[in-house]
Amino acid sequence: MKIMLIDDSKTMRNIQRSVLAQLGHTTIEEACDGQDALSKVGAFQPELILVDWNMPNMNGLEFVKAFRQSNKTTPLIMVTTESEKARVIEAIKAGVNNYVIKPFTPDLLSQRINETLSRLAKAA
Amino acid sequence: MDPAFITPFIASIQNVFTTMMQLPVTIGDPRIKAEPATTFDVSGIIGMSGDVVGSVVLSFPISTAQRLVALFTGTEMKHDNPDFADAIGELTNMISGNAKGMFAGKKKVTISCPSVVVGQNHTVQRPRDIPCIVIPCSTDCGDLVIEIAIQDRSAAPTAATAAGAAAPQ
Repeated sequence: MKIMLIDDSKTMRNIQRSVLAQLGHTTIEEACDGQDALSKVGAFQPELILVDWNMPNMNGLEFVKAFRQSNKTTPLIMVTTESEKARVIEAIKAGVNNYVIKPFTPDLLSQRINETLSRLAKAA
Repeated sequence: MDPAFITPFIASIQNVFTTMMQLPVTIGDPRIKAEPATTFDVSGIIGMSGDVVGSVVLSFPISTAQRLVALFTGTEMKHDNPDFADAIGELTNMISGNAKGMFAGKKKVTISCPSVVVGQNHTVQRPRDIPCIVIPCSTDCGDLVIEIAIQDRSAAPTAATAAGAAAPQ
């Protein structure tokens, strides 16, 4: 499965990459903000996207809104420190399929990825 | 500063350090800080805007920061490695972002992307009218402090209401 990680922190991308490797996912593309991600999605064609919220240039919510204009199906998981209920609702309304609040354990991130993929597989 | 702003940062640093690094944090007695220089030589800095304004600084001795970064990233690195600043920035971001979610009263607060400064006796400028509270923290990797200089703008009286309250009857 092709997975895109969008986070301005290389540390966070590395942590997520190592969790994904434990799950057997190694085809990974990285982007450092929403703009960078939009420039890469066309060529990479991700099947799952993990996206941070607070980033320079184009934040995660702006990316989700822009991405969802042309792609309604690729699952998106927001991975962020934004924990307020209103923020979570805002992200889901914009098109996010699941939500992980930082800090997270590797188990929690794995669980959210697996439940997102299985929910979408059932819906297909 | 409203003391209710202190508790979220204590809960947040304990949550972030135990979740991401399995590292318990012992909290010391908070104190007011007058001097402008940061407590230690490595600063992770986050600005807050919206209903709550000001800055939050995580201040570490270099040795503590290097041990924490090694634990957080799984890689030993010196403080002049660009990935060192990235890791300190992400820790600061997680602690501040997590704390703002715990502010009482549904405050609308935006946090900046983190900045990291490394150097002896550096200063982080803060507004003169906002006191700085220092929370000492102790871990097996060494000591650090959280320096919080934030103010609730949503609760502050506007200039008009303040003037009205002071006007002679």
